[in-house]
Amino acid sequence: MRWLFELLSSSIGKKLLMALTGLFLFSFLVVHLYGNLFLFVSEEAFNEHAHSFASNVIIRTIEALLFLAIVAHAFTGLYLARQNRLARPVRYRRHRAAGTRTLASRSMLITGSVVFIFLVIHLRGFFYETRFGSVYGGESLYVLVTETFAIPGYAALYVVAMILLAVHLAHGVQSAFRSLGIESARYTPAIRAVGLFLAVALPAAFASMPIYFVLQSGGVI
Amino acid sequence: MAAASSANLDLTLDVWRQASPDERGGFQRYEMAGMSPDMSFLELLDQLNDRLEREGKEPIAFDHDCREGICGSCGFLINGHAHGPQSGITSCQLHLRSFRSGDHLVVEPWRSSSLPVIKDLVVDRSAFDRIIQAGGFISANTGSAPDANALPVSRTKAELAMDAAACIGCGACVATCKNASAMLFTAAKASQLALLPQGQPERHQRAVRMVEAMDDAGFGNCTNERECEGNCPKQISFSHIARLNRDYIAGKLRAVT
Ligand code: FES
Repeated sequence: MRWLFELLSSSIGKKLLMALTGLFLFSFLVVHLYGNLFLFVSEEAFNEHAHSFASNVIIRTIEALLFLAIVAHAFTGLYLARQNRLARPVRYRRHRAAGTRTLASRSMLITGSVVFIFLVIHLRGFFYETRFGSVYGGESLYVLVTETFAIPGYAALYVVAMILLAVHLAHGVQSAFRSLGIESARYTPAIRAVGLFLAVALPAAFASMPIYFVLQSGGVI
Repeated sequence: MAAASSANLDLTLDVWRQASPDERGGFQRYEMAGMSPDMSFLELLDQLNDRLEREGKEPIAFDHDCREGICGSCGFLINGHAHGPQSGITSCQLHLRSFRSGDHLVVEPWRSSSLPVIKDLVVDRSAFDRIIQAGGFISANTGSAPDANALPVSRTKAELAMDAAACIGCGACVATCKNASAMLFTAAKASQLALLPQGQPERHQRAVRMVEAMDDAGFGNCTNERECEGNCPKQISFSHIARLNRDYIAGKLRAVT
């Protein structure tokens, strides 16, 4: 255990933790999206899928790990940001970027924080209801989700959160690979390209759902 | 600012003045009229210091030695750029022809809690020495020079190692990084050995020790934004950082297994 503690107290160790938890959470998005696509199939299909997930032991275990990963990623991120601030106590009067920083890389703390707040709201609205609340009591998850998505304010919150998530992932995915030390002239361009594509495509697919149900309830489609 | 000029220049300098590490510093304005465009930036400071001395004032302290970009002594931020606006050169290699008459230049020391200001533009870089002492060497007795081809090294590896060895330890990477991280310096100093056969026996242990010394000095954490590479006068590649990450992780895992 001592070696783990030592590893996590080092700068590279903390970045390793950020990378591993980040990629784990990122890979979960794919599984989550797969489930959400049933929303477009039918009420039965969606509820059936959700139920089969909720009753699967492996999924429940991964779920617990996901919660741990969220907490570890958030706290380590905050701690690293604090250390980084302390490393330059006196600010520059004039400091120009060399040109490789991006909007995404500079705003990791902000985009991450907003996504975290969104996650709390999101988990309270759906996860909590499924496991302990109304859906657990017999109501249809499909009805809960589609009715919630149809509220314009709620849909807007989802879309904004997904945009920020995309910005977060645009830097996060490729940065994670670097922190893991995975870098080669041969594969890095491909990793960057696929990472960037997924960073935008996954949140876009998620955002399409509240947009769809808002438009549907408004009679547009 | 990029346009070359041949006429003499009038420049306004805002230079950071700080009498000692514990004293509060501040910017002082100096007007420099009719400066030759062929002058280096350090020569500009020399001229200014001559004037200050004649006026009975304290000259500006700044580090310098070789004045040809190889020793790594000089360095400060000029208008927000480490070593000035040109890429691939040190402050001593920067000429006034890079500026235009009338330019207003802010001259600041590297700012990092790990490289604290000693006086004016001079910072204490002993944290770098501690990183080297922790592992930036090989412990073999090297004896006399071996036969050139007795130890085969591939051309690619040799080139990469030479690129890493070009690091002059000036501190521009720390100064530029928004987190004041010393990863590029540490990675270059570890890579120059990790890429060669002589560096193999201690490779992972070296990475671990150097990173520990780096952390102990209080440098920030790398967030993979590559700003260091862009402002490095020796254009050390950011990819050395990934190698250091790899070697460090391998070193830690090896210690457990
Ligand atoms: S004085 Fe030696 S590098 Fe500038």
